[in-house]
Amino acid sequence: MKHLIPEFEALKQRLPLEGLNGVLLLPCLHRIQQERGYIHDEDIAFLADYLAMPAIQIIEALSFYTMLRRAPIGRWHLQLCHNLPCALCGSDNLFDYLHERLGIRPGETTPDGRFTLSAVECLGCCGTAPVMMINETYHEQLTLESLEALLKELN
Amino acid sequence: MPGRKILTDFPLTPTAHHLDDYRARGGYETLAKALHSLRPEDIIQEVVDAGIQGRGGAAFPAGRKWQVVNPHDGQPHYLVANADEGEPGTFKDRWVLEYAPHQLLESMLLCAYGLGVRHCFIYIRGEYDRPLQRIQTAVEEAYAAGYFGEQILGSTFSCDVVIFRGAGSYVCGEASALLNSLEGKRGYPRNRPPRLTVQGLWQRPTVVNNTETLANIAWIIRHGGAAYRAIGTEKSPGTRLISISGHVAKPGVYEVEMGYPFKTFLEQDCGGVAGGRALKAVIPGGTSSPILPPDIIEGLSLDHESFWDVDSGLGSGGMIIIAEGTCMVRALAVMLRFYHHESCGQCTPCREGVGWMHRIIQRILHGQGTNEDLERLEYIAKFNTGTTICGLGDAAGAATIGILKHFRHEFDHFISHKRSLCDGRLELRCAS
Repeated sequence: MKHLIPEFEALKQRLPLEGLNGVLLLPCLHRIQQERGYIHDEDIAFLADYLAMPAIQIIEALSFYTMLRRAPIGRWHLQLCHNLPCALCGSDNLFDYLHERLGIRPGETTPDGRFTLSAVECLGCCGTAPVMMINETYHEQLTLESLEALLKELN
Repeated sequence: MPGRKILTDFPLTPTAHHLDDYRARGGYETLAKALHSLRPEDIIQEVVDAGIQGRGGAAFPAGRKWQVVNPHDGQPHYLVANADEGEPGTFKDRWVLEYAPHQLLESMLLCAYGLGVRHCFIYIRGEYDRPLQRIQTAVEEAYAAGYFGEQILGSTFSCDVVIFRGAGSYVCGEASALLNSLEGKRGYPRNRPPRLTVQGLWQRPTVVNNTETLANIAWIIRHGGAAYRAIGTEKSPGTRLISISGHVAKPGVYEVEMGYPFKTFLEQDCGGVAGGRALKAVIPGGTSSPILPPDIIEGLSLDHESFWDVDSGLGSGGMIIIAEGTCMVRALAVMLRFYHHESCGQCTPCREGVGWMHRIIQRILHGQGTNEDLERLEYIAKFNTGTTICGLGDAAGAATIGILKHFRHEFDHFISHKRSLCDGRLELRCAS
């Protein structure tokens, strides 16, 4: 991930000098995950070197956050909210439908590696519940029909 | 119309969030005026006079928080806009970021000038896609126009802002956990004292304010603290954004003047309960604020004091409407699963206690509950309150105690009949 160093250096322009390496950790991890799909051991070694911090400190931090992953997942990450406002608007039915259609429960990936399903907590989009993220994008006011239409578009 | 408007007082055109539109509405004029004619302490004084309370949930007066910081003490200070919106039912800061990003930025500049801040952060939750794009665009527009950077608008004031993405953690919405996260650590809440305004980010005086709270500052400095104070009620000045969801005909974000009657708000502004059903309960300010039945909430007005009087709160303004026919046992199960999942694990009462509560409610849902289970739930919920570093343990307890207080008969029924008093579902099965 050495090719990302110029990008990381650019981030420093608007940051204060104190605590600089610590404050860069999460942005670097996000960027690396965007590039590789997850955080590999060699990324941790690279960041430990680049940010001059012990590798264990990076592992400790990244293991805390649900968005950061240590292993690859399916090409399409379906993150369906199961918190109260979405549940009140029928997200349980969508989980059932996804199980029927793709054969996976939350936490599982289809054998062909296309879809990973996660049940996630409030995505802060309750006015247009039920809500599901597909990779980085929110899809709102889902119905069984609109969900099926979305699945057809993903290959 | 739910009273006067401060934050939403402009038409939502497709370009309303851009700099040109904001300037056409008088945007950044207040900043220009303040930098040349106001002293930093004048800014703080206006915010103290306005009496604006934090909109993240705790309703602590922003001015009193700011007063702790001495702008002239010679050490670095930091300002953080808390946009890590994660309280279930809350999506109002999303609105600010998407539609009024420059209002937030101008307000942050005014605050930074008042508190002697050189570097600001906007901590936005990692999942937000369009809000992130909108605030990023606004930041670049503001830099290009010279509102951020060195010697802003020909003054001696310099300020930078950085957008920082969270990585999926509810507890990072708590201010001290948020600062640890910014520092590149786990989002563990810190013990107080010291207050963050004394020792915050990198042990420096730091002000963390909710996004909506900050977005009001430009209006307050422009029109004066007294003008702000004249809006709303005596104890809850101003307006607030209510994000309403669940079984409601017209969900969305509404700006409401404090003191506006709840009943009118729900029935006239939000179109009433979806599908014309009867109202069963309302969670008034995110799931951490205790649930209220219709006979109590229908008599209340939307201000802090009214909700505190009935042992609940307006919290984060995330209002969840629940229609007749919804199973409250399942509703509590959803909430407890959430708090259990989001516990950071630092404090035993929250890490273990909320886990116990989660397992008890699952047991009840599976028809294996006993009569002692409700007492156990209540006992753990009460024990959690006030025994943890942050409010997450309290929140799980308050949500549990609130729902048992008003809907205990449903839990008793579930335990004795091994099935729900309602049909056991949460969603409303009718066209809305």
